[in-house]
Amino acid sequence: MGDKDLLVFQIDYLALAPELIVVATMIIVLALDLILPRPKKYWTATVAVAGTALALVPLAFLVFEGEVRSMFDGSYVVDEFALVLKGLFLVAAYIVFLMSHSYIESERYYQGEYYFLLLASLLGSLVMASSRDLIILFIGIELVTGPLYMLSGWRKGDIKSNEASMKYFLLGILSTAILLYGMSFLYGLTGEITFEGLAEATAGMADEPALIMAVLLMIVGFAFKISAVPFHFWAPDTYEGAPTPITAYLSVNSKAAGFVAMLLVMYLALPDVAEVWAPALWLLAALSMTIANLSALRQTNIVRLLAYSSVAQAGFMLVPFAAAGVAGADLQEAFAATVIYLVIYAVMNLGAFAVVIAVTRNGRSGELSAWSGLARVDPKLGVLVAVFFFSLAGIPPLAGWFAKFAMFRSVMIAGGAATVALAVIAAINAVIALYYYAKVVKSVWLDDPVAEFAEDDDERPAGSLRLALGITVVLTVIIGFFPALATFAGEAARVIASGF
Amino acid sequence: MEWFETWGLTLTVFLPLVGVVFLGLIPKENEIALKTTGLVASIMAFVASLILIARFDFSSNTYNSYQFEVSETWIGAINANYHVGIDGISLPMLVLSTFVMVLAVIYSWNHWDEPKNPKAFLILMMILATGMNGTFVALDLVLFFLFFEIVLLPMYFMIGIWGDKTPRRIPGFAKEFETRLYAAIKFFLFTLFGSAFLLLGFLALYFESGNSQFGRTFDIPQLTELGASGAFSGTFAFLVFGAIFLGFAVKVPMFPFHTWLPDAHTAAPTVGSVLLAAILLKLGSYGFIRISLPILPEEAMSWAPFIAILAVIGIIYGSLACLAQSDMKRLIAFSSVGHMGFIMLGISTMTDIGINAAIIGMVAHGLITGLLFFIAGSMHHRYHTREMARLGGNIKLMPVMGGILAFTAMASLGLPGLAGFWGEFMSLVASFNPLPGLSLGVFRSAMVIGAIGTVLTAGYMLWMLQKVNLGEPGDEWEGKELHDVDRFELAAWVPLIVLIVVIGFFPKIIFNSTTDVVTSLVDMAFNPETTASISSQIGG
Repeated sequence: MGDKDLLVFQIDYLALAPELIVVATMIIVLALDLILPRPKKYWTATVAVAGTALALVPLAFLVFEGEVRSMFDGSYVVDEFALVLKGLFLVAAYIVFLMSHSYIESERYYQGEYYFLLLASLLGSLVMASSRDLIILFIGIELVTGPLYMLSGWRKGDIKSNEASMKYFLLGILSTAILLYGMSFLYGLTGEITFEGLAEATAGMADEPALIMAVLLMIVGFAFKISAVPFHFWAPDTYEGAPTPITAYLSVNSKAAGFVAMLLVMYLALPDVAEVWAPALWLLAALSMTIANLSALRQTNIVRLLAYSSVAQAGFMLVPFAAAGVAGADLQEAFAATVIYLVIYAVMNLGAFAVVIAVTRNGRSGELSAWSGLARVDPKLGVLVAVFFFSLAGIPPLAGWFAKFAMFRSVMIAGGAATVALAVIAAINAVIALYYYAKVVKSVWLDDPVAEFAEDDDERPAGSLRLALGITVVLTVIIGFFPALATFAGEAARVIASGF
Repeated sequence: MEWFETWGLTLTVFLPLVGVVFLGLIPKENEIALKTTGLVASIMAFVASLILIARFDFSSNTYNSYQFEVSETWIGAINANYHVGIDGISLPMLVLSTFVMVLAVIYSWNHWDEPKNPKAFLILMMILATGMNGTFVALDLVLFFLFFEIVLLPMYFMIGIWGDKTPRRIPGFAKEFETRLYAAIKFFLFTLFGSAFLLLGFLALYFESGNSQFGRTFDIPQLTELGASGAFSGTFAFLVFGAIFLGFAVKVPMFPFHTWLPDAHTAAPTVGSVLLAAILLKLGSYGFIRISLPILPEEAMSWAPFIAILAVIGIIYGSLACLAQSDMKRLIAFSSVGHMGFIMLGISTMTDIGINAAIIGMVAHGLITGLLFFIAGSMHHRYHTREMARLGGNIKLMPVMGGILAFTAMASLGLPGLAGFWGEFMSLVASFNPLPGLSLGVFRSAMVIGAIGTVLTAGYMLWMLQKVNLGEPGDEWEGKELHDVDRFELAAWVPLIVLIVVIGFFPKIIFNSTTDVVTSLVDMAFNPETTASISSQIGG
């Protein structure tokens, strides 16, 4: 493309259709919120759910077509990799909407704004998955987090929710600044913003101190987003204070978005600087797994426990990439393993949070002691707790085993001493993690019921919540027996790794 | 019946899982329907395994050629397949598993430990059955691993929910825990620790096979072929064998990884203990025969003396520990450590006699110790204590129960003419003459120490009989209504008693299935020519 048509872009509307549908849904939700009388506001939720589902239609079409669509001088690419991630983001958001419905309505929050903001965050993650330059990436990732600052403080009357929002906001802004600072260094050094251009310009520059600083600053910024140790301090407080569906969204969508952004930058823009970022990621992975798991052992609140668990899981997710980077091995396998892990983690973690909402919906607190003997009062919920928490622990035949399997597999491919050390750390941590996941199941199944909740109340969870639980539990069990359902995502990730 | 050739194994493995679906649909209150469903599902799996025997071709029974084989793509991306098949080694194990499961369902008909809930218990039993049957037929390492691990969850819940509720002080903790909670998590953590290494070992084999004609593969027959041709050697294979060894050794369990066993077996509900002892332990020793030996033969040889030493330590340690017990169920649990020691000793000799001994030992231990746990459970049911000191004079209070206990104890100590004899005896014979190239000193010492172990075994079994059966009944039981064995107990136990006698007199019914295939396994893995060429290389 020459200079004269620099500002004349061909816009591929089909490729952008999922994003456009989400934008349209946002506008409709906001308009409906203005028109509808209070008792009918639940329609905003229905529209949000329907819009998210509708956005999957063009996505499916694009997947079957299988063509790579590139726009804006290659800054915005819709390939298989982007599509798989968009699918993941959409489905996860769909489940979060289902979880939100009864939760938000029962508390009489501002429904219209709630769904509007959540959709905006979803839009950010869709944009981010396609971004192939620093500016679009930055816009995408900030669009993901911006609305979440407000949403995490949605329970206005609750001081914990205020704290959650404030902590998340201050640390989030700080990390954004650091990230941006790193990016500006990168631009200053190379004069490039596209990943392709950066990859060329940074080749052979690994010794440049300014570049090392740029890379490390960016890693710190991303580490905040994915709440890797030692940049995880906001996570437990924010998770505990935020409304539970938002916590689920934070731990799945927002974390996945941060992950994808980091991997895209490291792999596509800075492949020749692996000797700088790989040891840093190695350290983040080892610390995240170990420290978060040890902290989780002491938790008595389920949501805080899940917060530390999600930090630890982020550590496991970092393992393939860190290992491959340190060993100088082929990053394709690492990409595939990370994406498989992300997909399975999303399903089971959303399920775990849906169970938390279902259990706490009438009176039970999030404290572990209040959960004891739950299975005897409500065996169905008990089974769900067992399925999701054992899946998070990676026990076959539930989906989590294959995530861990794929991770170990990619580490074994890489080979080398530092890699094996990381694999051993991961193996030990998998056993530690079992202890606290099993602690929840033990409390639910093996302990005697608490007196005040010993009576079974016949009120079943709301339909939308049951649907969310149903989708996640079916996926968790089926992927466990037929992991091929998850490997296609990994295969798609190889596209990006082999395309350059 | 042609379709049975391809569907037979799948049916045997997954019929219990179909039972789970039906059990899930039946309401909790309808106990009769629940029990019938469980019984029907387990009987159907058993019948399927009997048809397998009937259609099994015993004449072409060589190692690494499997019958009723099915191979379908399962996880394409990593070349893992749904590959199942059986040979003369897995056939007896599979039938043992389906058979004991039927008896366990019959026994549980009117024996429910607190908090009852037959629906949940039967569902767990059926999931367990699928995991156990599947492990014995899997011919793909990933599939094997999946089945091997499936058994963990149901057993965890069985011990944790229906287990022993006596409070117990655990060293290092200020407050007391119920035994079931401690035992359940200990069982889980130990096994998971072992299987993490097992998985690493499997993955290492997978990548190492990448340079072969098969490409990266998890397929057991292909890996066996590679193993026999010496594809895996050196430090790599040494470490891989170590990792896989750790996984199986925890399951068996071998000394010093056995400490979960006494706790788990003692705390588990009766049916849980029976299934643990009769089948779950065999998953480990079966893994040694199916995976460790044929795929890594050279390393198996270099690890063999080490395994033999651990095995005899297990025999002696298990026997001595038995003599220190006051709890009857715990004594039986420790006796498993000793018996599994004989089985591992047999395997470690790497000879056809030794491996045959191990297989018949596994079957016999499954029948005998299963029966012992049934009896211990029934006695606890009546006396509400397992303290041997209080149980004295049992045979006067319950003659039939006492008689069966005496018979089973005799079988367990290896009385000739009963099933337990063959495994112990042949293990010792095999260790007199292990595979050429193995240290004679180590194995002959092992034989002598193992022989002392048989004496100790007789000692503690007779000691237990004396304390429990003989003497005068304590005053506390006077006037108590203690009914002797009921019909469900008889229905579950008589088949076991019959088999123990039949196998005792006609061990051929097991050897008929195993001998040819074990001989060809030893030939294939430890071909004398190969061994000779290796030693000549070292010599040159």
